[in-house]
Amino acid sequence: MSKSVTDVICPFCGTLCDDLEVVVSDDGKKIEDIYNACAIGAEKFMHAQAAGRVTKPRMQQPDGSYKEVSYDEAVDFTARMFYKARKPLMYGWSSTSCEAQSIGHEIAEKSGAIVDNTATVCHGTTLIAVQDVGIPSCTLGEIKNRADRIIFWGCNPCHAHPRHQSRYSIFPRGYFTNKGHKNRKMIVVDPRDSDTAKMADYHFKVEQGRDYELLSALRVALRNEPLPETVAGIPREKIIEVAEVLKSGRFGIIFFGMGVTQSLSKNHNIDAAIMLTKDLNEFTKFSIMPMRGHYNVTGSGQVLGWQFGFPYAVDLSRGFARYNPGETTSNDLLRRDEVDAVFVLGSDPGAHFPISSVRKIAKLPSVCVDPHITPTSEISKLHVPVAFVGVEVGGNCYRMDNVPIDARKVVDPPEGVLTDVEFLTRVNTRLDQLIGGK
Amino acid sequence: METVTLTIKNQPTLYLEADTITPDNFSGKKASEIAALHAFEGRDQFTLGKYFEVSGEGGATAADTRIVVKGNVSRVKYIGMKMTAGEIVIEDNPDMYTGAWMQGGKLLVKGNVDAFAGIGMKGGEFVIEGNAGNYLGAAYRGDWRGMQGGVIRVKGNAGSDIGYFMNGGTIIVHGNTDVHVGTHMEGGKIIIKGNAPSKVGGQMVGGEIFVYGGIDVMMPGFKYVQDEDLEVDGENAKFSLFYGDTGERHPKRKGQIVYGKLHLRN
Repeated sequence: MSKSVTDVICPFCGTLCDDLEVVVSDDGKKIEDIYNACAIGAEKFMHAQAAGRVTKPRMQQPDGSYKEVSYDEAVDFTARMFYKARKPLMYGWSSTSCEAQSIGHEIAEKSGAIVDNTATVCHGTTLIAVQDVGIPSCTLGEIKNRADRIIFWGCNPCHAHPRHQSRYSIFPRGYFTNKGHKNRKMIVVDPRDSDTAKMADYHFKVEQGRDYELLSALRVALRNEPLPETVAGIPREKIIEVAEVLKSGRFGIIFFGMGVTQSLSKNHNIDAAIMLTKDLNEFTKFSIMPMRGHYNVTGSGQVLGWQFGFPYAVDLSRGFARYNPGETTSNDLLRRDEVDAVFVLGSDPGAHFPISSVRKIAKLPSVCVDPHITPTSEISKLHVPVAFVGVEVGGNCYRMDNVPIDARKVVDPPEGVLTDVEFLTRVNTRLDQLIGGK
Repeated sequence: METVTLTIKNQPTLYLEADTITPDNFSGKKASEIAALHAFEGRDQFTLGKYFEVSGEGGATAADTRIVVKGNVSRVKYIGMKMTAGEIVIEDNPDMYTGAWMQGGKLLVKGNVDAFAGIGMKGGEFVIEGNAGNYLGAAYRGDWRGMQGGVIRVKGNAGSDIGYFMNGGTIIVHGNTDVHVGTHMEGGKIIIKGNAPSKVGGQMVGGEIFVYGGIDVMMPGFKYVQDEDLEVDGENAKFSLFYGDTGERHPKRKGQIVYGKLHLRN
């Protein structure tokens, strides 16, 4: 006989679905089935059960092989690395709980580290733009109940946030949107014919790297100023038509993703999109929201924000918080040899950073804290396996609209495996001892 | 005018933050006192003397002090930060934040500068004989008041985002620039004697941009006004005047809307 756990939070993407049902064996050790989750979310739960999972820390040997060590040795190695380093980089933080992030920041303050999260190669440019011009945003619930003009700009939720459209943005029947998708006009801006673009009422196949011009053109159209014949490959008439569609809505929302944050113009694209949102509020109600990727990257920004005042790339090396993307962002630091140790938790830079940065990580003293074997764990000097947050341990997470949701524990972690919070707490204590001269 | 010569003898293993290298800090100090000034490498505080050979002494005031920096300083940040008077000559390529928040005096770099040179500049004269990196004369992150005064002259090329949130002063680039020139600009003047690929004057509220070479893709919010003869940086030429960015807010002065001006050389 197995039992069912309801209202489980999905620790995969920033949509942070909170309606999963997980069937667990009676002894609470094995996940048997998952309902309501998308394919990726379900896989995240099932992966925790995969055979051959690493349950002991592993230290890299001179010949490149890995030898199992105890958690005590791992804690000591990590604390000593922080103690010796003069400017360590602490990267990741997006796939763990806010509680773990907070303890990590304590270690960062003591060791003069730079704390950077995955926003650095993702929505970091959004955060720069928000700092420059502010952001009029809302919650996903408001979108479900009110929004009738939906723009997906440079994002593909069909694949990256699979339940986003069915739970919030396109299909749900909300309080003021009782006809579901029939109430809504969907506009997609993407150079590719993505699956999201195929569903759209209007698909702007923008020229690559010309989003800034197109956003500017929409703002010009709203002001009834003259436009050139085509902007970014889109005819003037189409731009004016869509501007009218946006103005005629009751509540609009711009969702945007990597297509604008990491293409030419970067933060300026978001800056222009936010200003377009502001302009549209002259005619109707409009909001804008980044499609955050990892389930708790928003939380990392929140915790860094309330502790140090900046949402990512926080440099604590001089004892006070500084922040300047371009200088204190992970890839710039690695590329320019500005750091002398790397600590990775809850992310996989080995798979996502440019190879020039990955090579630098491989040469530096490095620790990777991750439940999986990843490209990062394979180049780090020490790999520490931990329990899955949201599957084997609970913790606070922030949804993409900055709503905090407590993730729930579903099954027990494998015997002896520490959680992020436990491991970091022990490193923090050991670092205190080292600083105290013990 | 007294001259202090700094010659680098030990390279930092990380990067050196040497915001103490200004005429203001060096004035009235002997070589030994200058060598005892702070410099930071990572979380540790050291002295300038650990990295530089110091000779000469500072003048009575900042205005009487000239600093010559010799050797490979490509791992030294913040030279000339917040300087108010006097002179600095850097013979090689300094790293980031050279002349950041500069308020007065003269700063000459004979090589290239990295990013964030002259950010938030308020006054003085900053000459770069080589190339400049990104964010030249831009605002610091999150600040809506960028460069407010002074002159930056780059003999080579400049990177992207020059004059971001610029409010006043002049930036002259003899070569080409990368994308985003004068984004969010509200005042001041940018003169580019080479080409600027695209996104010139995006979200521009006021101020003037001159481009002598070509722009590959114009921003959609610029409308042609007229041709005009102008004297720019000491030479006369014919320009086409555009008003913009029409997608951005614009204040009114004496009943007239004030636009940013983009001059394209004919």
